[in-house]
Amino acid sequence: MPVIKETTNKTQCFHCGEPCLTEQIRLEEKAFCCEGCKMVFQILNESNLCEYYNLNENPGISQRIKIRKDKFAYLDDEKTQLKLISFRDEKQVHVTFYLPQMHCSSCLYLLENLHRLNEGVISSKVNFTRKEVDIVFFSTSTTLRKVVETLTEIGYEPYISLNDLKEKRPGLDKSMVYQLGIAGFCFGNIMLMSFPEYLGIDASETALRGAFRWMNFALAIPVFLYSALPFYRSSWKGFKHRFLNIDAPIALAIIITFVRSAWEVISGTGGGYFDSMTGIVFFMLAGRIVQDKTYRQLSFERDYTSYFPIAISVLKENVETPTQLPDIKPGDTMLIHNEELIPADGILTKGRAFIDYSFVTGESLPVLKEVGELVYAGGKQTSGNIEILVVKEVAQSYLTKLWNKEEMKDEATEKNVSFVHLLSRYFTYIVFTIASATAIYWAINDSTRIWPAVTSIFIIACPCALLLSNTFTNGNVLRILSRNRFYLRNAQTIETLAQATHIVFDKTGTLTTPNEQEIEYDGSPLSAFEKNQVAALASSSSHPLSRALAQQLKYDGNCSISNFEEIPGKGIKALIDNKIFKMGSYSYITNSHDKKSGTSVFLSIDNELIGHFTFSNQYRKEVPELVQKLKNKYALSVISGDTESERQRLQDIFGERTTLLFHQKPEDKLNYIKYLQQKGEIVLMIGDGLNDAGALKQSNIGLAVAEQINNFTPGSDAIIEAKKLGFLPRFFQLCNANRNIVLASFVLSIAYNIIGLFFAVQGNLSPLIAAILMPSSSLSILLLTFGASTLFASRIGLLSFKKPD
Amino acid sequence: MSVIIILLAVSITVAGVFLFAFLWGVKSGQFEDDISPASRILFDDKPSSTKTK
Repeated sequence: MPVIKETTNKTQCFHCGEPCLTEQIRLEEKAFCCEGCKMVFQILNESNLCEYYNLNENPGISQRIKIRKDKFAYLDDEKTQLKLISFRDEKQVHVTFYLPQMHCSSCLYLLENLHRLNEGVISSKVNFTRKEVDIVFFSTSTTLRKVVETLTEIGYEPYISLNDLKEKRPGLDKSMVYQLGIAGFCFGNIMLMSFPEYLGIDASETALRGAFRWMNFALAIPVFLYSALPFYRSSWKGFKHRFLNIDAPIALAIIITFVRSAWEVISGTGGGYFDSMTGIVFFMLAGRIVQDKTYRQLSFERDYTSYFPIAISVLKENVETPTQLPDIKPGDTMLIHNEELIPADGILTKGRAFIDYSFVTGESLPVLKEVGELVYAGGKQTSGNIEILVVKEVAQSYLTKLWNKEEMKDEATEKNVSFVHLLSRYFTYIVFTIASATAIYWAINDSTRIWPAVTSIFIIACPCALLLSNTFTNGNVLRILSRNRFYLRNAQTIETLAQATHIVFDKTGTLTTPNEQEIEYDGSPLSAFEKNQVAALASSSSHPLSRALAQQLKYDGNCSISNFEEIPGKGIKALIDNKIFKMGSYSYITNSHDKKSGTSVFLSIDNELIGHFTFSNQYRKEVPELVQKLKNKYALSVISGDTESERQRLQDIFGERTTLLFHQKPEDKLNYIKYLQQKGEIVLMIGDGLNDAGALKQSNIGLAVAEQINNFTPGSDAIIEAKKLGFLPRFFQLCNANRNIVLASFVLSIAYNIIGLFFAVQGNLSPLIAAILMPSSSLSILLLTFGASTLFASRIGLLSFKKPD
Repeated sequence: MSVIIILLAVSITVAGVFLFAFLWGVKSGQFEDDISPASRILFDDKPSSTKTK
């Protein structure tokens, strides 16, 4: 076989940019890493779409993992189709797909030219922000399945999950933006038209003054009836649950201000406070939108259905029939293909299952299961096809039940109420007390002033400044944190995080990284040349252990490798420089039935056992520093499901005062958290994946460490990207600062309220004072909160990062 | 005096036009995706998709 020796080892795939391991896949001077990439190039080349490669360098997506030919057979099913498409008539079908692979302008170019690849496609329009493509196609000349297959062929496999089977989620809520727009329009105009009133209009021009007043009245109506709706709704909801939430005083203030102002205009006694009222609505709506926008960045509402496929092959009398997941019954035989997720618990009846449970447990090494063993849902089969006899329905499976159990708990335990809400409740009571005291006072002294005094108290004592301070500080902090890859479920979490006293770490997957393995070699020493040969063998396989080994040994590309063979679950072998290299389990290498388990990989050259590699998880390099920083402020614990073998090492890192617990089952972890909470600690649990879900949920804040933000992390209040773990102390600092900033702006807004109330109780709050006080308080709060939190974040170095690309 | 009333009407109308433009922009989804139109304009051969809707 010809080997291209002269090229360097750094050849990049023309399509996807990954390093090419062999030099043999070439076309027109262009190198490819795999046949898949080459094929995509050929397809694009035939359709004159090579502009794709000019827009960006190596824009493609690696095609190394082949997609099964009839994977999308389930899309021929009418019932499934109906769930996916958004619109259809006799000729056209409209459908929207989520394409997570989309990443650059080349993708945009290619996807919008889909009609050149598939004749039946009428148009395709990309929404890059949402990574979605809207496709319209002729149902006469192509089918949904063919469209999906076209997309898959060029490397953009649509992400179709069980979640799509549910009711279509409502589109983005735009009504609040409309409400804001209208409120802003009315606020601005009313302010403008209030000037004559404030500056003193000539007495001779009463007609003009009347016109201005009525104009203001007219402009205030849409704000009162439409823009302020969210506040009415929210306070009504709270009211029904016998809970005075922070929106209640706002709604009350809006209504009272409007009624009083309307009355003043109608009776001709004054101009009213329309500018103040519309101002409140405008600023509060702006705050609400900032809040919503921050939360939308990461949806925590995903459940298992977003990860499960929409349909799976079920064997019925030896015929493969695509079946939707809810229709799978116990007793059915599922056919799980390579790289597919197992959606229901069952017994393995055929084939060798080699299951990757990383989605559930975070453990990246696949687990071997033999025929007859029970297989839990949530694992991904990684080699060959298997058949599974379903024991439990999808909705009854262990994983889904765990999820459902949590949802139940979610409703039962409302986590402690925000101090803002507490304060707002007191606020409401205080306002009512002041109002009634004033009413009594004026009833005795001058009964004509009851009405103006009491109404102006409600107008001025609006908690909007209080609420804005919270919204904007939290919003800004959440934004800063999420740009640092630390995502919080809600603003409440910031407050709880600032109060945490005890931090509990899980070991596997949290302190250790599943991506980097520590590899030790035992056996007769290998020469540099042999090491390179082993690397060549390892780099030909996509098994996680082979990849780790290849990463460590670094293949330089100068071996002739042929006859590569991979036996899933056992090992790999190849002819390298005319020697037979074999790597794999002990039984595979020695042909014996001896089962030496553990994560050791044995190596033989020409059927002679040379040695073995031992893999162990490595601690994340940030851990020692992180622990050093946290040790003084918080009590720490480490809980692990593993054996005590690591005790000494952990003790060295964590020091004497840290509690180390081993052999902990998920229930034990949960109980330990409960125990700490009974001692009055506010517990932050840092764990990963689903096996910690119970403990994460029980703790005051469950922080999930995810290699990928899209991992499955039920029960967590926060998600942190593993790489950013070292930043944790800074994040805590920011959360603490957040509390102080909110408090400071609370003080400021209370000062404003006192000034306003001073005028109000006397019954001489002029619209001018209200008009100055209201916007200036809102604006100064906005400036203070936003400025202070940004300043603090930049001081502790949370803003010095590149823009996310 | 009446000229002020006219001015008032005109200014409200102009502001109303801007309000309408804003609402229309939101409705047609101009604020939802601010990345793709920017790159789309750079492609030489316009995808035919833009004319069909």
